[in-house]
Amino acid sequence: MATDLNAQVEGIKDEYKYGFHDSEANYSFKSGKGLTRETVEQISEMKSEPGWMRDIRLKALEVFWSKPNPTWGGELSELNYNDIRYFMRAADRQGKTWDDVPAEIKNTFDKLGIPEAERKFLAGVGAQYDSEVVYHSLRDDLQKKGVIFTDMDTALREHPDLVREYFGTIIPTHDNKFAALNSAVWSGGSFVYVPAGVKVDIPLQAYFRINAENMGQFERTLILVEEGAQVHYVEGCTAPIYTSESLHSAVVEVLVKKGGRCRYTTIQNWANNIYNLVTKRAVAQEDALMEWVDGNLGSRLTMKYPAVYMTGKGARGEILSIAFAGKGQHQDAGGKVVHAAPYTSSRIISKSISKNGGRASYRGLLKVADGAKGSRSNVVCDALILDPASRSDTYPYIEIDEDDVKIGHEASVSKIGEEQLFYLRSRGLSEGEAATLIVAGFIEPLVKELPMEYAVEMNKLIQLQMEGSVG
Amino acid sequence: MSKVLKIENLRVGIDGKEILKGVDLTIREGEVHALMGPNGSGKSTLSYALAGHPNYEILGGSATLDGQDLLEMEPDERAKAGLFLAFQYPTSIPGVTVANFLRHAVSNVRNPDRKDGEELISMRDFRKEIRSEMDDLGMDPDFARRYLNEGFSGGEKKRAEVLQLAMLRPSFAILDETDSGLDIDAVRVVSEGVNRVAARVGTGVLVITHYERILTYIKPGFVHILFGGKIVEDGGPELVTRLEAEGYDWVREKYPEAARDEETLESSPAH
Repeated sequence: MATDLNAQVEGIKDEYKYGFHDSEANYSFKSGKGLTRETVEQISEMKSEPGWMRDIRLKALEVFWSKPNPTWGGELSELNYNDIRYFMRAADRQGKTWDDVPAEIKNTFDKLGIPEAERKFLAGVGAQYDSEVVYHSLRDDLQKKGVIFTDMDTALREHPDLVREYFGTIIPTHDNKFAALNSAVWSGGSFVYVPAGVKVDIPLQAYFRINAENMGQFERTLILVEEGAQVHYVEGCTAPIYTSESLHSAVVEVLVKKGGRCRYTTIQNWANNIYNLVTKRAVAQEDALMEWVDGNLGSRLTMKYPAVYMTGKGARGEILSIAFAGKGQHQDAGGKVVHAAPYTSSRIISKSISKNGGRASYRGLLKVADGAKGSRSNVVCDALILDPASRSDTYPYIEIDEDDVKIGHEASVSKIGEEQLFYLRSRGLSEGEAATLIVAGFIEPLVKELPMEYAVEMNKLIQLQMEGSVG
Repeated sequence: MSKVLKIENLRVGIDGKEILKGVDLTIREGEVHALMGPNGSGKSTLSYALAGHPNYEILGGSATLDGQDLLEMEPDERAKAGLFLAFQYPTSIPGVTVANFLRHAVSNVRNPDRKDGEELISMRDFRKEIRSEMDDLGMDPDFARRYLNEGFSGGEKKRAEVLQLAMLRPSFAILDETDSGLDIDAVRVVSEGVNRVAARVGTGVLVITHYERILTYIKPGFVHILFGGKIVEDGGPELVTRLEAEGYDWVREKYPEAARDEETLESSPAH
């Protein structure tokens, strides 16, 4: 069977059904390729930003230039920063209803099922198309309770004090090269504010779409969850397939105050020509809970390690990560938990699948600071490798500066079992169906954490990744 | 016309070593056959080879199900053709529930033309059916929601195999050491399950065992002794009685050549 399975895996096509694109003819503005001081000033000017934001951008640009590409993680040598457009405006204004959105763009989001999902099970939706958010909505009752869900550009205009107070405080500009890049050229992204005690019981969703070729998308998201408040934020992303590379480099900052809860779910399904280099970090204060559910299926290279800094007593952090690396893909994903207060607890569960020459890496940091007594953490990472051409690596970093802690760490790597395949096939399942079922079972423990609609979508995406295995 | 499972001069090897050296066996629908033999005689090799396990190499001979060449088929095609193997050691599939797995299996076996990704049997019909079968087997309804064979006790694994048998309604079922590792009550429950399905569907059954115990519940009309890679004795229930009383020593004495092969086979992998 080994050879059969190889042949089967060779035959797996990486089908990607979101690879269509709209014409770029109607764009009202496109920056030239490459990044200069003028580009940054122009972005700031077009957005009529206050001077302090322009200063942040320009300083960040210097930091970006001064830092080399990271030498760890994925292969970045083919990423040419001069070949990217850093800002593109596709629609002149943002729609409050889908009818306000230019027809071609609306059509794209229709194909992606966003308006339908909005009607069925979402409390609010933001839709970003290249650099800017073209549609935004929030349920009336939540608006009345003081919840803010808007795009970052609008937030900067309408809630400048909140933005100024928190922007870049959780992920400083100099944190890493890509955080600096984002801080210099950011555009779009979500701003969420949930007032104390308000519970947003159904998800808010943002959808990120790259349409243009050689596009750089740099959304900037800030989520503020006040004391005892709750929110579930979901993001999805897709892009057309081009032969040349595009760059997606987001910064997401989350602050969860005392007793608050935030769950941030990502279903990343970029096309395989996208570099996805994202910094995501949350601060969880006393008794707060921050959960990252991070599904990475697409992109050429993803480098993303959602982090939770537990700064208050009893805070909790949870990171569930699923990565699927197919042909030509490298998913360098994982998580980071920092215990900076006593009695904090964290859990990282990572499941990765690699097939058809794909590479999945788990990269994780667990840090317990001196004085974070009574803290506990459990890290489990499991990798499933579907064929001999594929690869899985684990890079767990653990720094413990406190004696009174409980730490667990488990890692496993398994190959898809011939006995499992044979067992299922002896019951009438084709080889492809059997492999798909085994993979679905492997990630089941994480998929069941997703709301039903997303669990269904995730399973569909996995199925799509596995499809074409026969004939 | 009843269907026939016909095995002729079947020779099978593993890792370059010949294990089955020419097996002949014919089973008709509705018949119950027992295949007995000491450890290492090649019993499991026969069941794996018939089900199409890729590690087993067909060296010669034929196996047909109702005239169709089984040996040319993929394992899933054999299942669709009506062959079922109850595994001695069913493997676990983490994260895949018994119900989800069986719904796929049933959809394919009952509709052999179904393509991957096409609709499965309706959830409502399936649920009704699996509940009723589980009830017959004395299984808790929650069992369907457990992950397939994951953390199952020996008895649960075998019961799950019989549940699959009941749902897939094969023309021919091979029970590979289904009694091993079970206490007497479990053997009884599992055997009754097999009998019920066989009676209802008309399944032809091949019980592979080296104990007589299960044969007091599943009563074979035909008994074969596999020894040194060949079927050396064919008979009726009286063979079971004799093996129970005398063990296999008389077989070894009667077939000294096969007994020599038995020693060389001892050093080969179990299956």
